[in-house]
Amino acid sequence: MVLDDPGLKHGAASPQARSDAPWQHDKNKDELEHIGKPIRKVDARSKVSGLTQYADDLTMPRMLHMKLLRSTMAHAELAHIDTSKAAEVPGVKGILTGKDMPMPFGILPVSQDEHALCPDHVRFVGDPIVAIAATEEEIAWDACRLVEVDYRELRTIGGVHEAAANEEPRLHDYGVRGNIHRLENLEFGDLADGFERADHIREDTFWFEGNTHLPLEQHASLAHFDKDGKLTIWSSTQTPHYLHRALARVLHPLPANRIRVIATPHGGGFGGKSDPFNHEICAAKMSMLTGRPVKVVLTREEVFWCHRGRHPVLMRSKIGVSKTGRITALDFHSFLDGGAYGSYGTASTFYTGALQTVTYAVENYHFRGARFFTNKAPCGPKRGHGTVQPRFALEVQLDKVACDLGIDPAKLRLDNLAPRESVTANYLRIGSMGLGACIEKVVEGSGWHERRGKKEVTKDGRIRGLGLACSSYLSGAGLPIYWNGMPHSGVQLQLDRSGLCTVFCGSTDIGQGSDSVLGWIVGEVLGINPLDIKVVTGDTDLTPVDLGSYSSRVTVMTGNAAMQAAERAREIVAKGVAKKIEVPASRLVFAEGRVFDAEDPETGMTFMEAVGIAEAQLGTIGTVGSYTPPKSAAKFRGGGVGPSPSYSYSATVVEVEVDPETGIYRVPKVWMAHDIGRALNPAIAMGQIEGSIYMGLGEAMMEEMAYRDRSHKGQRIFLHKIPSMLEYKSPSTLEMPDCVTYMIEDPDKNGPFGAKEVGQGPLLPIMPAVANAVFDAVDVRVDENPISCEKVFAAIQAKNEGKDARFGPALDATGIPDVDFGESLRIKTPWQGGDGTASNAPSRTKKAKK
Amino acid sequence: MSELNKVLATFQVNGEPHEVAFVPHKTLLEVLREEMALTGTKHGCELGECGTCTVQIGGMPVLSCLVLAVDAVGKDVRTVEGLAIGSDLAPLQDCMADLGGAQCGYCTPGVLMAADALLKDNTRPTRDEIKEALAGNLCRCTGYIKIFEAIELAAARMRGEDAEPSKESIYGS
Ligand code: FES
Ligand code: FES
Repeated sequence: MVLDDPGLKHGAASPQARSDAPWQHDKNKDELEHIGKPIRKVDARSKVSGLTQYADDLTMPRMLHMKLLRSTMAHAELAHIDTSKAAEVPGVKGILTGKDMPMPFGILPVSQDEHALCPDHVRFVGDPIVAIAATEEEIAWDACRLVEVDYRELRTIGGVHEAAANEEPRLHDYGVRGNIHRLENLEFGDLADGFERADHIREDTFWFEGNTHLPLEQHASLAHFDKDGKLTIWSSTQTPHYLHRALARVLHPLPANRIRVIATPHGGGFGGKSDPFNHEICAAKMSMLTGRPVKVVLTREEVFWCHRGRHPVLMRSKIGVSKTGRITALDFHSFLDGGAYGSYGTASTFYTGALQTVTYAVENYHFRGARFFTNKAPCGPKRGHGTVQPRFALEVQLDKVACDLGIDPAKLRLDNLAPRESVTANYLRIGSMGLGACIEKVVEGSGWHERRGKKEVTKDGRIRGLGLACSSYLSGAGLPIYWNGMPHSGVQLQLDRSGLCTVFCGSTDIGQGSDSVLGWIVGEVLGINPLDIKVVTGDTDLTPVDLGSYSSRVTVMTGNAAMQAAERAREIVAKGVAKKIEVPASRLVFAEGRVFDAEDPETGMTFMEAVGIAEAQLGTIGTVGSYTPPKSAAKFRGGGVGPSPSYSYSATVVEVEVDPETGIYRVPKVWMAHDIGRALNPAIAMGQIEGSIYMGLGEAMMEEMAYRDRSHKGQRIFLHKIPSMLEYKSPSTLEMPDCVTYMIEDPDKNGPFGAKEVGQGPLLPIMPAVANAVFDAVDVRVDENPISCEKVFAAIQAKNEGKDARFGPALDATGIPDVDFGESLRIKTPWQGGDGTASNAPSRTKKAKK
Repeated sequence: MSELNKVLATFQVNGEPHEVAFVPHKTLLEVLREEMALTGTKHGCELGECGTCTVQIGGMPVLSCLVLAVDAVGKDVRTVEGLAIGSDLAPLQDCMADLGGAQCGYCTPGVLMAADALLKDNTRPTRDEIKEALAGNLCRCTGYIKIFEAIELAAARMRGEDAEPSKESIYGS
């Protein structure tokens, strides 16, 4: 019988500890024991046994099943809702409508614009109107069909251009004006001077179509309001803490301390389960109404409606460079199609302008971003949140610049690298920075210099091309989503005489392995086997607050909190042991499940004995740790989005084989290098990189959240074109190319053991690298994502007809909407002597009257 | 629906008889999960599109969401719960655990059942044969590579070789 998991026998040399390194925490250990080793995840056994209990695997006695009736209109007022026939169906136990939950909610304090059920106004096909609970799921469905809804139709706003042109009807009575949700206008440095000094200027427009997370697990929740007046909800959420807050708000006067949110193991998130959702709040309310447990599981089609995926973004980028390719100025516009609600959209808007400066030193930088409300499923955060679309634009544009100047695109990037330990034009603080090493790795591995531009022809007549692109991503957002001075992450540790060590943390493992990260770090600090450690996470009753699994924050933030808690525990245990064996505490080593004297390793005891001794001397042992990111250098309004404890870096080379007749292409191979700071577990980190490559290729080649613009009884409606997994094309095993992956370890002082993020960054460069590779092969530019074969074909045709060999939005008013961004907020760059504050105070753009 | 008469039948699942009453339009997926509490088998679409509901009938991988439960009566059904022997993981499960082939783990039961069926017929599958056998199993987390490597490693171990994963698959190139 095998009850322990030894992990892989296979051992590379373990990473050397350096006693001077800031991430080295136990100065008495020469080698890291667990960090950097391919140890199994704490939950690996249950996952491969099919025993992990996801939300829909839970049942309770007397449980009801709930269904939501959703709007069939894209934009309408609700004149009347009649649920009387539904109420008569045998088996129906509860019905809720908007008036039962009048309090609006939303993930960001500035966009509390959603209702658990729409009271009077529906804004997209799929907006929920009525919730019905019944003894069986099918009864609840049938009852929903008997509800009569009288819609009073409103004009539909279909996209960025329509929203910019039509102030009425407004989707919401807040925002900037008309259907503009956000307008941002930030200017760093002297743009006029930057362009003046440029030897070459180019301006391009890009379009990035929306796409969605497509987690394999449909959203599901089980709510139980018990007879003691306490509410528990088990839900597939990435952010139990934020769900807890939303529930407390909507279910008021039920106090927050009577609500317990348990994040169940996650069947895929990617950002799509980061908002509090209608179905979660309705299930909770329904359980309060009926006094019975209530389960809700969304259908696949409903998962598409929930969305919160990648924003469609139209972009215009003007770049100035010197003869040698140094960037002197960048003027960037983004126009985001936000869909029907705010969601994380304010942050998304800023993110489309935040991270351009973290990869390359941009001397002068102007960012203008606008987000619009439209009658489509709400957009939000998806892996790479808001930074993916501008990264596509910038990396394709740099490829064009390199082409214009006759410079190697890899060299152009190397020459422009943002320096390590520096502050960018927009006041982001860069620490470790391994992008140069990443570029060199993929250039060498792919044979870039020898193979690029050669137009090799494959046996089946396709032309090969190589494309390169880079990126960077946050290791967690520097600010919480609601303003507060509390830690972003808390960890509690319990130790007792049995040698037990339990870690409690509010974080949520969404498959990335964050539960295991806690075990590895605590195991390393206390010198015990990580698989002996118990990890309790994502339970608002039991675990200290962690903000959630988003913005790649968990490894760095919970990791640092766990490190602190473990170091405190080590100190307590060391104190006890030191007294007992009469050795100074500073000489004790915690390793291999023992605590011993560094000078005489025989003198010591097992970890279990050590804890017992400390417990006897000092009483019950428990410690806490917490983490708050360093203060940002940006002090201007809008400077809250972008700062992070550290930035990861990635570079990729993608190989394509394009059929010059049809535009059909395939991707046989990808080289990816990622600067991870330190890989806490290389096998698991590799999985994150490979998963990112996969998801990036899906976005580059096929995935799109496209709408069918239809009319129905004279009313224009927007139906998701493809709300099924068969039609929403995503890569199968057959499309997955060979990947050559390099991990660059450049430890960062802000990360636990030097670690930085890995789950999102490597996705970003894939799409632009594919576009650049297509150009290398067949000399056409596709300035739109996805880079679908039809677009490549259209561009090839244009080229053959002697037209601009390009597919993409026009660089004029037909392509770019006319939006008045008002006066810019001007901020002097650090090299102009700026201090991170703005030098002017423009009146905020004219607000529409309510 | 509920007014329909239930049928009573005995299923053979993982070598054990399960006698259950169910309405005849229920799929094998629903009956496994709801009537037999075998929730290891997952669902992602219930339309035959994602592969998470893959089980084996007579050793062949099938999508349990597309099989009517009544059609599985009397047949030899195998689910993910039937892979481990007691507390010992099957080699395939072991390799998936070692390599991180299960991230969120939601696709894993289906992947395991499809891969297990492949390895029964083919003890030395090529990468292309593995891709072919798993073409109907979507995974949104892993990029499939760790899954391919786990299957190859398991195949080698099942052939009795003392195989370990390549250094590149763990530490990169
Ligand atoms: S549930 Fe998706 S294929 Fe069966
Ligand atoms: S591991 Fe998450 S879908 Fe495959």
